[in-house]
Amino acid sequence: MQRIDIYPTHRHDNFLLRTGRPYPFGATFVPGGVNFAIFSRHATGCTLVLFEKNGAAPLGEIPFPNEFRIGNVFAMVVFDLDYENVEYGYRLHGPYRPGDGHRFDSDLILLDPYARLVGGRDQWGQTPNPHNPFPHRGRLVYDDFDWVSDHPLELPQEDLVIYEMHVRGFTRHPSSGVKHPGTFAAIREKIPYLKALGVNCVELMPIHEFDEFDNDFVNPFTGQPLLNYWGYSPVGFFAPKAGYAATGALGMQTDEFKALVKELHRHGIEIILDVVYNHTGEGGEDGHTFSWRGIDNKTYYMLRPDGSYQNFSGCGNTLNCNNPVVRNMVLDCLRYWAAEYHIDGFRFDLASIMGRDAQGRPLANPPLLEALAYDPILGKCKLIAEAWDAGGLYQVGSFPAYDRWAEWNGKYRDTLRRFLKGDLGQVQEMALQIQGAPNLYAERGPTASINFVTCHDGFTLADLFSYNEKHNLANGEENRDGANDNYSWNCGHEGPTDDPELSALRRRLMKNAVAILMVSQGVPMIHMGDEVAHTKLGNNNTYCQDNELNWFDWRRPESEADMLNFFKQCIAFRAAHPVLRNRFHFQNLDYVDSGYPDISWHGVETWNPDWSAHSRTLAFMLCGRHARAGAEPDDYIYVAMNMHWESHAFELPRLPAQLRWRVFANTSMPPPVDVYAPGKEVLLRDQRAFLIGPRSVVILVGR
Amino acid sequence: MTTPEIRVPIQQIGEITVAAISGELNGRSAPLVQDKLLPLVAPGCKILLDMRDVSYMSSAGLRILLLLYRQIAGQQGHVVLSGLPDAIRDTMAITGFLDFFEDYDTRPAAMAALQARA
Repeated sequence: MQRIDIYPTHRHDNFLLRTGRPYPFGATFVPGGVNFAIFSRHATGCTLVLFEKNGAAPLGEIPFPNEFRIGNVFAMVVFDLDYENVEYGYRLHGPYRPGDGHRFDSDLILLDPYARLVGGRDQWGQTPNPHNPFPHRGRLVYDDFDWVSDHPLELPQEDLVIYEMHVRGFTRHPSSGVKHPGTFAAIREKIPYLKALGVNCVELMPIHEFDEFDNDFVNPFTGQPLLNYWGYSPVGFFAPKAGYAATGALGMQTDEFKALVKELHRHGIEIILDVVYNHTGEGGEDGHTFSWRGIDNKTYYMLRPDGSYQNFSGCGNTLNCNNPVVRNMVLDCLRYWAAEYHIDGFRFDLASIMGRDAQGRPLANPPLLEALAYDPILGKCKLIAEAWDAGGLYQVGSFPAYDRWAEWNGKYRDTLRRFLKGDLGQVQEMALQIQGAPNLYAERGPTASINFVTCHDGFTLADLFSYNEKHNLANGEENRDGANDNYSWNCGHEGPTDDPELSALRRRLMKNAVAILMVSQGVPMIHMGDEVAHTKLGNNNTYCQDNELNWFDWRRPESEADMLNFFKQCIAFRAAHPVLRNRFHFQNLDYVDSGYPDISWHGVETWNPDWSAHSRTLAFMLCGRHARAGAEPDDYIYVAMNMHWESHAFELPRLPAQLRWRVFANTSMPPPVDVYAPGKEVLLRDQRAFLIGPRSVVILVGR
Repeated sequence: MTTPEIRVPIQQIGEITVAAISGELNGRSAPLVQDKLLPLVAPGCKILLDMRDVSYMSSAGLRILLLLYRQIAGQQGHVVLSGLPDAIRDTMAITGFLDFFEDYDTRPAAMAALQARA
């Protein structure tokens, strides 16, 4: 039986046409042709503009006849297109009255917000031609990747160790030794490194199409224009960035990225995408129109009554997330990435914006966040909020969660940083944070807490203990950009040092950080390069730097082998001990009849922690019999943290008969005796007390 | 529309069917190649695709290869590639298409591999 709608009914010049289907939006293959569907509530007319691939002038322009419009959707089938060689965009007709929120301009050829493949910037860093009438071009793509039996891994959230990374930065450095530096393909070559490190989830900074040239600043030292390197500047929400693909010039970035996902999954590594639905790359009043602004400005953006752009993102505009049409776009987009790309989870940049209404007011029950939490297709995806925005909304602990959302726990980061540098008044909050922040996530459990000490924003771990102040002059804004509240400490000297004692102290503090991170309940996240003490020379906002500041230096795994080993062993220790990875909060009780509570707090004296504001010492013991509510019996673990600049002898809790304390890590010891492989821990001679060195962390295992 | 520059001479060598694709395998020529190759698929068939003279391979070209693989595998047949130019082989590796194929540098090596198949 053949369908009877596969024949054209209309003709425009040489193009054979038929009325299209209004759904799905975007360009989709139908028998014999391509269905183009685009929404605009306020446009008075629409023209489909077709180009030959990379063509300077349109191949043809086809106005949508009025009978091809259904409601606010223009829909048309064009037959017999050479799908690999055609690019498409739209001209939208309507008023240009910014005061009323309308910015239609039919001189512009616009990118389809639903374009799943975007051409025009096929290679990273290729200077754009300012005379190109259509810079970001929609292309057609078959969603027919052969996944064989691949499936998102659905690892339990409590078992994740997240590695936040930048696609280009990971392999762009000349030392990477990969065939195609800076690409998705190159990450595949480095999977053995990730496996050896022990992480089981990579979180990629934005990989949707963005414009790396979206930056007006100049490096004052070199005179070179700066880039939008990180990519928090969306051009196409549905399209992987061509410039990140070795096959971008062939338009095969979708296949290349899917092949990467498949390969990561094959090695037991999940993939989370950092997604930006809070603003677009079109900027503010003086921005440029390439898509949403010209298609339906008033729908897609949050506007003030005078038609100007609300700016809760700090990037000039704010996506109107809780408009039902925009909400559906975000939902369609995430469903597409989850279903078509097998993505395991999403981290939402400035997610608090997604909880604001069209006027920018925070909502108690934001429809978008609820829709994502309950969506059937996203039902097993990890949803992680950066629970704040640049408009002053800070929702760590109070993000509307629907029992689904986890959060980047900024309070964990700040508390750990202050505790590490010896600030007073931190032990009580630190104790809560180590337990997965029951004060913040009482209902959701510790897995709602994504714990970290550093991320792409801010200092690297090495710089956290080398700089008191940010050093961002190279960003071209006279050091005004970037955060000022870093809770960092230079250990007495600003910047690099030759002093072996100073250098040893810094390294100890770095190890203290990762040691505490990996024994905290919740989900640890580390940032690419910290495991090899990467420095950005004190720059805490390298969003614009396409150079060594952001490129992982592949000589460092060798030169920083000790630091790398410390990270590896801490991650392996976490993996070996279910008692560190509980799904539910501790009860501070003995509910398995072991004689010990699930967690107990200690200090220099056992059972007597110093909770006072002057305290810089803290210790805790986890009872292995309580691991995962008693379901997976484990060893006992004792962690002593001395953030004081003097040594302290800590009494050790007494273990059940037959069990003995063994040393897993002692950050005051030089490598290689700073840490042991799990299972190879060294028996302690004195089972009653341990002298903890200045500003040091000791982890013992009792078995 | 001009006729795409593609040729697919086919010869039968014993139980092995050898198809030597030469020219650009792209969205326009792929349907022609498909029309030539799909009739060769039969239960237990042994097909060798000599790729030495493929000058360009687009996404549509790769899809034809995979389609052929799926059809042949569905009939318990075998397909191997020979003489893949480096750049095309690289693209196939990066995009995951190579995972489905055995490929050999030379046609005799590919012949030998096919002959060894039951």
